[in-house]
Amino acid sequence: MNLIEANDLSVAYGGNPVLDGVDVHVEAGEIVTLVGPNGSGKSTLVKALLGVVRPDRGRVVRKPGLRIGYVPQRLHIDPSLPLTVARFLSLPVRHGARKVEKVVGQTGIAGLEQRQMSDLSGGQFQRVLLARALLTDPELLLLDEPTQGLDQPGEAAFYRLLEEVRQALGCGVFLVSHDLHVVMSASDRVICLNHHVCCEGTPNVVRDAPEYRALFGHGTQGALALYQHDHDHHHHDHDHDHGDKDAG
Amino acid sequence: MLDDFLIRAGLAGVGLALAVGPLGSFVVWRRMAYFGDATAHAAILGVALAMILSVPVTLGTLAVALAMGLAVSWLGTRGHAMDATLGVVSHSALALGLVAITFVPGVRVDLSAFLFGDILAVTKTDLAVIWGGAGLVVALIVWRWSRLLTATLSRELAAASGINADREGLVLTLALAVVVAVALKVVGALLIAAMLIIPAAAARSLARSPEAMALGAVGVGALAALGGLWASWWFDTPAGPSIVVAAAAVFVVTTLAGRRR
Repeated sequence: MNLIEANDLSVAYGGNPVLDGVDVHVEAGEIVTLVGPNGSGKSTLVKALLGVVRPDRGRVVRKPGLRIGYVPQRLHIDPSLPLTVARFLSLPVRHGARKVEKVVGQTGIAGLEQRQMSDLSGGQFQRVLLARALLTDPELLLLDEPTQGLDQPGEAAFYRLLEEVRQALGCGVFLVSHDLHVVMSASDRVICLNHHVCCEGTPNVVRDAPEYRALFGHGTQGALALYQHDHDHHHHDHDHDHGDKDAG
Repeated sequence: MLDDFLIRAGLAGVGLALAVGPLGSFVVWRRMAYFGDATAHAAILGVALAMILSVPVTLGTLAVALAMGLAVSWLGTRGHAMDATLGVVSHSALALGLVAITFVPGVRVDLSAFLFGDILAVTKTDLAVIWGGAGLVVALIVWRWSRLLTATLSRELAAASGINADREGLVLTLALAVVVAVALKVVGALLIAAMLIIPAAAARSLARSPEAMALGAVGVGALAALGGLWASWWFDTPAGPSIVVAAAAVFVVTTLAGRRR
């Protein structure tokens, strides 16, 4: 059974189609990366998966009782709201001290508990967001460009951490990125989105797909994969029908 | 004891402080100041309607404030530019109310009592309404506290935890309408928003957690109510505005103290 799936999802804002007939799904334990240029509807898809945006057509089906750990792109906390890290981690439900201690250690934020959220650095802030997501014992981690605003070492460190905790938890991951080079090799499946699903497959298949190259070009492959991962490098058969009918 | 009008006035102020502390904190965190203003200004329209229909004033203000709150939050979800919309709606409601009140048949209405409150004329019945309403608001906010707080941080974060941010917004709209209805007698329609914002803002600089800020705001509100009444008694100043001035004075002190730390 899929953890979550979107079937024929269409969303329009003020007459402009943002998502058009999108099908995505995440199976238990699977890492799915969604890539797409800015404005391609990635965040809207995440919001629809969370149930914040109501689709005009199609629907989102979640496994009953699915526990989602959500890590947003960024979180603006109004300066008028005093909030310590410890309090933030306990929203909306308080967790046992032992569990908090474990996750805090895992995500490397020990010692920050009494700090104000507003005093954290960008990297610390994202780790705290991840820690809060992990405290829910997620079956699905939903990450919307979680390293936006981090420098390259910070980004690499965040993804290394993500990979560690995912291996420990075995949860499914749905990761949104505008730049797949960093995250691609650890993914079971990559979905390339530009209002519709342009192409989909294993990282290697997507990297070589013409639809993907049309969107992202060829130039940056030297910067590929800040962390390497022992993945098989076989080319899987790619379903060409998928992208051809609505490419462009 | 309740036969002394000053004691009744003090109790009315403290009762209001209980409700505006936590609710005002949310108004500040969610940047709903103008929203509060619009709802409060609509209260004057509620007074006019209540008098025309001969129903209790509290009921009229509650209904109109609630309708205004719902209308404004509905406009917000429709993606209208909120700042201008709230400005139009807020001042139109106030002006419409002031015009409508002149159509009330019979006795001439003392407008200033509704605009600036008439806390020294609070009756035992008023007191029961104020404490009843404040108790309702406090109970509602305490019950939904974690959900309200999560929804305040982010709609998406809330949704991932199974919390509907729209529903929590409705809870606050309802609480706001109740506070407007009970605060009308205490500080009046023009200064209700001030009592929501100033105590919470004053508590901000000394608080390290949302809970501490809400409790601090209750303390500041109560202090301001009693201090304002005292000043009103000694200097013969209008009570409602004096309470707001006292709250503003506390704000200045805590802000300076917060800077120094």
